[in-house]
Amino acid sequence: MIRVEFLGPIVKEPLELDIKTLKELATVMAEDSQLKEWVGICAVAVNDTIVKKSNYELHSGDVVSILPPVCGG
Amino acid sequence: MELYQGSLDVNEISNRWFDEVQSLNFGAFITFTGIIRAEDSIEALSFDIYRPILEKWFQSWKEEAKKRGAVVKMAHAIGDVPVAQSSYISAVASPKRRVALELIDEFVEDFKANAPIWKYDILEGKRIYAKERSTPMDGAGILEGGSK
Repeated sequence: MIRVEFLGPIVKEPLELDIKTLKELATVMAEDSQLKEWVGICAVAVNDTIVKKSNYELHSGDVVSILPPVCGG
Repeated sequence: MELYQGSLDVNEISNRWFDEVQSLNFGAFITFTGIIRAEDSIEALSFDIYRPILEKWFQSWKEEAKKRGAVVKMAHAIGDVPVAQSSYISAVASPKRRVALELIDEFVEDFKANAPIWKYDILEGKRIYAKERSTPMDGAGILEGGSK
């Protein structure tokens, strides 16, 4: 299972998903009325490292973080 | 890297950093201090931080600074910071001015674009995500098969 956590302004409990790719994650998010607006603008981290390759392969036990647009300072 | 609940004590932080820099025999020390401005009737700004990725981001800047013979520092607030108070200080010290002047610009701009920190307006007691002022991080859009 993959644990998906939503950070900052996305007020959503973590999801436990049986997925292997980011594409599958995008599909799950696009079908959720609360999450769909975030699909196109969020960065993704796996085990606290930002992912840059869209074909990144997920493994059971991975923790995925969804990072909305930022504004520090 | 230092994170504080609420407003930063600018004098304490910058004086302490200055004392540290004095012991390094560096000739240049630049601080950037972010102050909450009064606009659109906000009472305060509020911040969420995702610490594990912020620490990695800062670590990569420490390494970049080291390559240039410089040192970087940062402090940021978590939670509410009232108007006129400081939420963010970053600093660069280096043996000579040129490296510090260039590095503070890159460091602060990349902070704005890629530090995992989310900002909210506090308006009539409500906490509202500052979406229009926020920037998708490097790598955003990856869920749609590309990056921004």
